[in-house]
Amino acid sequence: MTPVVIVFPGSNCDRDVADGLAAALGRRPQMVWHADSEIPKCDLIVLPGGFSYGDYLRSGAIAAHSPVMEEVKRRAEAGVPVLGICNGFQILTEAGLLPGVLLRNAGLGFVCRWTHLRVERADTVFTAGYTAGQVVRFPVAHHDGNFFTDPATLKRIEGEGQVAFRYCTASGEVAREANPNGSLNNIAGVFNEQRSVLGLMPHPDRAFDRALGGEDGKVLFRTLVEKLAA
Amino acid sequence: MQARVHISLKPGVLDPQGQAVESALKRLGFNGVASVRQGKVIDLDLKATDKAAAKAEVTKMCESLLANTVMESYAIEILG
Repeated sequence: MTPVVIVFPGSNCDRDVADGLAAALGRRPQMVWHADSEIPKCDLIVLPGGFSYGDYLRSGAIAAHSPVMEEVKRRAEAGVPVLGICNGFQILTEAGLLPGVLLRNAGLGFVCRWTHLRVERADTVFTAGYTAGQVVRFPVAHHDGNFFTDPATLKRIEGEGQVAFRYCTASGEVAREANPNGSLNNIAGVFNEQRSVLGLMPHPDRAFDRALGGEDGKVLFRTLVEKLAA
Repeated sequence: MQARVHISLKPGVLDPQGQAVESALKRLGFNGVASVRQGKVIDLDLKATDKAAAKAEVTKMCESLLANTVMESYAIEILG
């Protein structure tokens, strides 16, 4: 398996996610600078969390038009799995690789805390290590994580099974009080139609070691390594 | 040629910033405020000399970068 992590100016979880992948893989992923228009041969592209371009204009909007993103789009269209975490999720929506948009949190505040998430499906390259309905714990750290889309698109992504994770209580109830940011239907992460692109606001890269306070994220990285083993 | 782009959240899109401004205005005693929506204004200085060409160019800019039409609408003013 050959993962690549894209680094934008203002990315700040690029090393975290590289550590998570390295722990599962046994070697470091290759880092690719946003200004590069070439990406080496790879079977996974990761867009990390952070504040690319200072969140100017809209979170992820300027990064979505970086030189490297043309190639990310081409690879995604060719079926290469793409994972966007936090700012990476925002970039994927701005680039049109995922539906919806991440609005300012409903409570206006920056939310930084552990959340419980319900895994919606376990038949994808990202989530096969979990079981459908399982509750996992990843932390969130964002200001713009309020998933929104028009009613027709929401109906479509729900109908097509494109929801990956939902904010829930510790017992797995998808309840209003478990929603940290006002996201529609408690949506924390979505897939594209082919389920080869995943974006999520919570950070599996901050939950892959007990020293970080939890290791539910380890399963996601380990699953990618197993599923994409060449 | 100068152009001004007004970007606003579409009706129905939650605007927590507008709501915060609204409650602050009410706290200041502006009780006539029914609601507040917050947007942004982008001023552009263009090389184009033709109004129609300028508008067409700015429309492309809005569609590709300046606005996210999932949640925002835009209005273009060509100021001349």
